Amino acid sequence: MTSPRESTNPSNARKQGGAGAFDEGLIREAIGRTARVEVDDSGLSRVLAGRADAEGLIEVAYCEVDSPLGRLLVAATDRGLVRVGWANDDHDLILGELAASIGPRVVEAPARFDPLRTELDEYFAGSRRSFEQPLDWRLSGGFTREVLHRTAEIPFGETRTYAEIATAAGSPRAYRAAGSALGANPIPIVVPCHRVLRTNGGLGGYGGGIEAKRALLRIERAELT
Amino acid sequence: MSQSQAIPFSRFVTEHSAAVAGFLRGMVAYHDAEECLQETFLAALRAYDSFDGSNPRAWVLTIARNKAIDSERARGRRPDLLAETEQLLASPPPDEGLDAEIWLEVAALPEKQRVALVLRYGLDLRYREIGAVLACSEAAARRSAHEGISKLRDRRTEMAR
Repeated sequence: MTSPRESTNPSNARKQGGAGAFDEGLIREAIGRTARVEVDDSGLSRVLAGRADAEGLIEVAYCEVDSPLGRLLVAATDRGLVRVGWANDDHDLILGELAASIGPRVVEAPARFDPLRTELDEYFAGSRRSFEQPLDWRLSGGFTREVLHRTAEIPFGETRTYAEIATAAGSPRAYRAAGSALGANPIPIVVPCHRVLRTNGGLGGYGGGIEAKRALLRIERAELT
Repeated sequence: MSQSQAIPFSRFVTEHSAAVAGFLRGMVAYHDAEECLQETFLAALRAYDSFDGSNPRAWVLTIARNKAIDSERARGRRPDLLAETEQLLASPPPDEGLDAEIWLEVAALPEKQRVALVLRYGLDLRYREIGAVLACSEAAARRSAHEGISKLRDRRTEMAR
């Protein structure tokens, strides 16, 4: 008769016959091997996004979109497109900001962005003059939002000066503030802050870099000096 | 969760998916693990705004534990699956050899001991965190693991006799 204690001794266990070495070390190893699981995170996210969307659980949907200006981040709420991030922005940081300002249920849901992706493709190909997507303006307020509203009205292929936008937003002398409002545009490209230039025709600044601004204006064949 | 420390849910998923999947592999039949994984994160998403942000891994593993219990119960209610269960409980699908034998024994342990062993040896969790998942003290979690181990040893000794 073997008492349970004896089997803790490996040599005893082995005496009981080969596979009988059922000690703690083996148990640890067996459990350790089994629990090491590779998870297909993008597959899991896809399934979750579909089910979460059907249940209305998503506060911020997002995905990354390839474009001639690199891999953009696009994010939307149920009200509409809320954020566009540039390729050289830190996308994780932006998602963290969206979780903090809108809500933590931030879920990658590419299917939601099929229409926007099509519109962006057409825009970059030069065959689309305006975007049809609803916009969620909640990330900007006050004068900034006013400036961005006026900016959204600038037609494809046209430009305005910072002073003109400031005037349209109701504060003719606030052209510097208009400049910072445009710099804080959370929805670049779709809200076309690239269409606002210096009074002397200079490009001014741009969140996505001056080359991106030039590229967008080139797509629109805007007159540049 | 307070908004200032909010982690985007998508990041929460990638940070904890491997731990949850590993845990479920040890807790439910192989073919149920995938579904339990989805159910766990969907339930986490539903509750995410009321989560206080502390110890996210223990929080999601607690949800996973409940999903595993539901899943095993559902399986038990379906006699057509019982025969299959005998094979599948030892997830992953039993290899040949010692691992498979050990897993059949692990699968037969009481649920609490199984949880303790899988979290301790599968995921390298400390007993304090295992206690959080089991809703018991650190000492009680350690006891559960030790009871599991000695039960496995006893079983083996009987078999070897």
